[in-house]
Amino acid sequence: MSAFFHAQFFQTDLGIVILTLLETLALLVPLLIGVAYLTWFERKVMGAIQLRKGPNVVGPFGLAQPFADAIKMLLKETITPAGADRVLFTLAPMLTFGLALVAWAVIPVNDGWAIANINVGILYLFAISSLGVYGVIIAGWASNSKYAFLGALRSAAQMVSYEVSMGFIIVTVLICVGSLNLNDIVLAQRHIWYAIPLFPLFVIFFISGLAETNRAPFDLAEGESEIVAGFFVEYSAMSFALFFLGEYANMILISGMTTLLFLGGWLCPIPFAPFTLIPGVFWFLLKVLICLFVFVWVRATLPRLRYDQLMALGWKVFLPITLVYLVAVAGVLEYFGWLPNA
Amino acid sequence: MIVNLAFYLFSLILLASAVMVVTARNPVHAVLFLILAFVNAAVLFLLAGAEFLAFILAIVYVGAVAVLFLFVVMMLDVDFAALKEGFQRYAPIGALVGLVLFGELFMVVSGWNVLTGADAARLHPTPDNLTNAAALGSLIYTAYLPLFQLSGIVLLVAMIGAIVLTHRDRQRALRQNLAVQHARKPEDTLVLTRPALGAGAPLPAKEKETL
Repeated sequence: MSAFFHAQFFQTDLGIVILTLLETLALLVPLLIGVAYLTWFERKVMGAIQLRKGPNVVGPFGLAQPFADAIKMLLKETITPAGADRVLFTLAPMLTFGLALVAWAVIPVNDGWAIANINVGILYLFAISSLGVYGVIIAGWASNSKYAFLGALRSAAQMVSYEVSMGFIIVTVLICVGSLNLNDIVLAQRHIWYAIPLFPLFVIFFISGLAETNRAPFDLAEGESEIVAGFFVEYSAMSFALFFLGEYANMILISGMTTLLFLGGWLCPIPFAPFTLIPGVFWFLLKVLICLFVFVWVRATLPRLRYDQLMALGWKVFLPITLVYLVAVAGVLEYFGWLPNA
Repeated sequence: MIVNLAFYLFSLILLASAVMVVTARNPVHAVLFLILAFVNAAVLFLLAGAEFLAFILAIVYVGAVAVLFLFVVMMLDVDFAALKEGFQRYAPIGALVGLVLFGELFMVVSGWNVLTGADAARLHPTPDNLTNAAALGSLIYTAYLPLFQLSGIVLLVAMIGAIVLTHRDRQRALRQNLAVQHARKPEDTLVLTRPALGAGAPLPAKEKETL
């Protein structure tokens, strides 16, 4: 029976569609549960940092809290403000959440375990993450509210600025690998993770990731002390929940990208017997979890940047460093003849 | 079959959204339709097997250019009545320009010839063992290097032009200078003293200099 499925059914058009759907489910269901528990994880970690207990009432250790929150969100009333652009107002949260999930199609969680192992995987990721800004802009504009609009403007300027240095970092990694394929990028780190030779870029990539996801200390787009909640101030119930979950899905995505580009993806960090037997998915998830912990740690520790500081950091610090580092890396690779032959 | 269906579907959406760009009443909607058109053009590139071009189109046009475009259009306060006012007057000229452009396009397309051997090359634009990006790179950085660098210089000139046009000298604006702030010492600004009655406190060292 299974031989039949492998040999014949999954080669037909219908079979490929069904197989892809099953693969998508196998990725998205754990991802969504992961997103739900990331909110719990964040509240627990921040509670510990601030000497509180965090959620501890619903279920053991507050483990049922995400589901309680989800049910609460579902039961609230969805409000569309007067004067809002109804279509775009509804579309924006869907776009944000959808894009956060779509990007996972190319992420390999183990050797070859990606839904689509495409040749330009990293470009796909970069394209999708640069589309994320539209959800925010459209939400801010369609809400017909000054606070939302200010949040959208801030967010647009911020995400465009930090994308530039992120692009240069990705290019630097690519000239070390010689391929745009995410699987190849991880396999090229068998001998040394890129976090070590490219350490400054690793740090800048992570900080730019914080800015891309609008997370503290770059959460000016929300800035609750100045512009209430920024671009999603008019959203309620499930449409708010979609923005909220989209932000957490994006956090996991950026952590995944950092893991793939710099931390050796699914590769085993301790290369001898008992550890190499553990499947790669475990190491991938562990590395993603460590990145996520840093996300939360940063949020609980650092105050929000002022707007001009944010722009100065992006354009006057990160951009020159990444630009010079790119040229330097290219020069070193060329001089020592280490350029990969694609 | 599926590829053909997908091609027609996406080209239909592309054309429809292109029409909507021109006819949409709200300029923000027009820009959003333009973005939809870009995305569909990228999908068409994908269907043609040009995956590198497809994602570069998405990153550059959708991810950067259109964001700035939307940014500007959102902040414009457009008066629709004033926009509609000149329509009657300018319609004939617009139609004339459109007609001329259409005629030129028609002449180009009808006079289009493909070399006899080129058909095979067009079916397989990249060699089998090369990826898109590698094939493109090995052409751009060897045979077409001067042209490539020339277009880079054109972009650089445009960038410098934009900076020159928008740059204003803001010497008088209040700016934070981190180096100066960090170099401040307590004794520059602070004096602990017990002033005599009616004498007042002495100024700290730094404050005296500035006076």
